[in-house]
Amino acid sequence: MTLELVDVSMSYPQRGGPKLALDGVNLTVSPREFLCVVGASGSGKSTLLSLVAGLTTPTSGEITIEGHPITGPGPDRGLVFQTGSLYPWRTVERNVAFGLELLALDAAERRRRVDWYLAETGLADVRRSLPRQLSGGQQQRVAIARALVCEPDVLLLDEPFGALDVQTKEDMQLLIRQIWRDTGTTVLMVTHDVEEAVFLGTRVVVLASDPGRVAAEARIPLAEDRDLATKRTPAFLGLRASIEDMVRAQHRCGVTR
Amino acid sequence: MKTALAERAADVRAAWPPLPRRTRPPRTLLTIRTPISRRVTTTLTVASLAVPFTFWVVLSASGVVPATFLPSPGAVLSAGWEMARSGELAVDVWTTTRRVLEGFGLAVLVSVPLGILIGTFHAAQAVFEPVIGLLRYLPASAFIPLLIIWLGLGEPSKIAILFIGTVFFNTLMTADVVRGVPRPLIDVSYTLGARRGEVLRKVVVPHSLPGIIDAVRVNAAAAWNFVVVAELVNSTAGLGYRIVRAQRFLQTDKIFAVLVVIGVIGVTIDVALRLVRARVGRWAA
Ligand SMILES: Nc1ncnc2c1ncn2[C@@H]1O[C@H](COP(=O)(O)OP(=O)(O)O)[C@@H](O)[C@H]1O
Ligand SMILES: [Mg+2]
Repeated sequence: MTLELVDVSMSYPQRGGPKLALDGVNLTVSPREFLCVVGASGSGKSTLLSLVAGLTTPTSGEITIEGHPITGPGPDRGLVFQTGSLYPWRTVERNVAFGLELLALDAAERRRRVDWYLAETGLADVRRSLPRQLSGGQQQRVAIARALVCEPDVLLLDEPFGALDVQTKEDMQLLIRQIWRDTGTTVLMVTHDVEEAVFLGTRVVVLASDPGRVAAEARIPLAEDRDLATKRTPAFLGLRASIEDMVRAQHRCGVTR
Repeated sequence: MKTALAERAADVRAAWPPLPRRTRPPRTLLTIRTPISRRVTTTLTVASLAVPFTFWVVLSASGVVPATFLPSPGAVLSAGWEMARSGELAVDVWTTTRRVLEGFGLAVLVSVPLGILIGTFHAAQAVFEPVIGLLRYLPASAFIPLLIIWLGLGEPSKIAILFIGTVFFNTLMTADVVRGVPRPLIDVSYTLGARRGEVLRKVVVPHSLPGIIDAVRVNAAAAWNFVVVAELVNSTAGLGYRIVRAQRFLQTDKIFAVLVVIGVIGVTIDVALRLVRARVGRWAA
């Protein structure tokens, strides 16, 4: 699957004139890629994902998946928010099963698939818990499993670990890498955390603020096999520093303007 | 240059008197949102019931107030017992309860779906909310004469009053609850493949259910008020009717007894709905 954004602009209506959130974004996400978009808060990251998800329509430009224009939200593009998007009245397993309940699947088939993703995300032990009984990290696992069980062409992650403590965040980073490798899904993730972007991504795109636009991009030539020790290697630190410089440069010119 | 500036800043601060410190008052019964012991809670609750009751006993026993104005608890109890024994009370309670079930039941059947529509679709909101916002300020009791002209003295006019008195509030309160469904929950459902009707059925309604039950509980109390008002004006049975009858013969003990019955039924309904709410809304706790 190939996701393509061509000259995508988005402005929100606002008092005192429209607010340009994204300006002429061109982006191609290739099959099996793990693309991380980094940018400061307010640089249009959530807007970008919402457009790809089909929840909002771009003011101009075109977004296509496999050459077909996106007309609305659908299970081919799974979305995970930072927090608070689980169904609080559904248990973990029933949250994960939501998308499958909408399809003509028999219960056994549904259960088989849900079980696989619960195991993959380490949730088998809490399958009958309610979201409020889970830790923040577990809640995000549920959100990820719920999106993945629909077998999306691309998984859209909107700062999914932004609200987690550092240790949990690292666990989740390892988990999402493992899921990405196990399932062969394509991932488009936005974050403000450069270290996270470099650690997870096969490619990193830097978003400039006000209006949001693609300022730079870098391939991440790290090995497929990454663990937490990777974060201490000179190659990693060098990449991280150079991308941090790009983000900082964008941020500075945003401030001084 | 920098150090000179820092030095000057330090000099300025040196001339300041120390900031006054505030003492922290000790924790008391009235510290904001601080739990109190179980014993204190029980004591306060018991006292809140026992003190007025004792006052009533003493006042009626002392003879300061004539028994016609303020019957003693004993007199009220025997008046109530008398009504229960003759079967009169059961008929009155059932008549009134049936009216509430019919009138308020109808109001719930209309207001809940309507409220869900208003809270979900801006178009429905634009159509219904201004009208209902206006109608709810027209006092239902003022409709009694009109409804009697339109519907006669029988059951329909009473049920209509109950309906009018509760349907508008329950609609707007339901709409508010439905508007509280978090946006991300709706968005994420669409990305999981849900269609509009499925989002309504599987997301909006379940998320709103506890809040809707809360609204129904509040308006059930209002319904219980309206039915008695309707019965006071005209009827041949019911708890309100019994009060008017008792008034004609100056039977204050009977009036008190009926009031107690009304209170007990009201509390029972409230507790029952609370239990349902607690069961349905366990996930929200
Ligand atoms: N619904 C909206 N209405 C108006 N302005 C919005 C809306 N959503 C986002 N914006 C504006 O668009 C810009 C980008 O927002 P967003 O995509 O949320 O950025 P990010 O996710 O990177 O923090 C911000 O300046 C924000 O204020
Ligand atoms: Mg955001």
